[in-house]
Amino acid sequence: MEKTWNNKAWLMVLPVLVLVAFSAVIPLMTVVNYSVQDTFGGNQFFWAGAEWFQEMLHSDRFWAAMGRNLIFSAIILAIQIPLGIFIALNMPRKGWGVPVCLVLMALPLLIPWNVVGTIWQVFGRIDIGLLGYTLHALGFDYNYVNDPFDAWVTVIIMDVWHWTSLVVLLCYAGLVSIPDAFYQAAKIDGASRWAVFRYIQLPKMQRVLLIAVLLRFMDSFMIYTEPFVVTGGGPGNSTTFLSIDLVKMAVGQFDLGPAAAMSIIYFLIVLLLSWVFYTVMTNYDVEK
Amino acid sequence: MDFSWMAWTLPTAAFFITIFLMLVGMGVWEYFSPGGNPRVGILRFETTRGDRLFVSLLGSAFIHLAWLGLIGPNLWWALALAVVYAIGVFRFV
Repeated sequence: MEKTWNNKAWLMVLPVLVLVAFSAVIPLMTVVNYSVQDTFGGNQFFWAGAEWFQEMLHSDRFWAAMGRNLIFSAIILAIQIPLGIFIALNMPRKGWGVPVCLVLMALPLLIPWNVVGTIWQVFGRIDIGLLGYTLHALGFDYNYVNDPFDAWVTVIIMDVWHWTSLVVLLCYAGLVSIPDAFYQAAKIDGASRWAVFRYIQLPKMQRVLLIAVLLRFMDSFMIYTEPFVVTGGGPGNSTTFLSIDLVKMAVGQFDLGPAAAMSIIYFLIVLLLSWVFYTVMTNYDVEK
Repeated sequence: MDFSWMAWTLPTAAFFITIFLMLVGMGVWEYFSPGGNPRVGILRFETTRGDRLFVSLLGSAFIHLAWLGLIGPNLWWALALAVVYAIGVFRFV
């Protein structure tokens, strides 16, 4: 019988493995090494064991940042996923509107993260920003620099503006792949708009929604640049997410050991939650 | 090549060598028994032996963290608990 596989194909994977080793595995190993040691610079390290992990697990600062991160990710998913589906459902499927909508949707995704932060930082200012000045002129007591609630609203709206397009484009890709025959059959059966969505469009979008939920969860849970540029983690610590706290600790305070321990705990939580999302959504698909 | 910037220690090297040997072992196991032995266990969804290794390793990491946070820095009992947990995962999940 003829051989149906060829082990030489593994050679084709080798470049990717080397790339992943240099970009992920070696840095991860280094972080693990740092997490059990202390250093004062000069490439000199002193064994600390599990001390930094214990310190992190008993740190109010760490758990507060974790709580803020989880709340932020939950809000982002609760807004962006339904909003993305809604916009995708209302986008045109043919005609000149398609390229226009696609380009408009892609625009926020093309802007570098620090530029998005700068745009919103200026946009929200009450002295020169269009949003901040207008709200202030209308009598709203809006000031993201002083008010934690306003800072949160600004960061959330900024993220929604920046990333909902990704969900839209993914959902749209799922929607355009549905053959017209499905809609024709639904029409013959007299299916309502809701029934078409629930039994045709949503199941067909499930794969892309899985990717959208995973990407948006991981991105929002690791968010750094935009809130750092807009609020710098403030006012106080109200928008200090884990990544901002981590950079403060590693770069600002040069506490590499505690920062490495925090990175590993952070990494494990991202890994666990991503695995839970992935497992739940793929198995829901299998059960269906 | 100088890898001193990676700050290697004997315990962390042993840790990574163990993980590497586990992956090699899984590769050998797969070679002699291809297909990943998929089955539905107590989690009520299908897992392969690769999934079970992942769940074991991830769970073990959290067992160690929980032990550190709730009990103390002596991790030998946490390691023993993690081994029991991993055996349980490979047996029942």
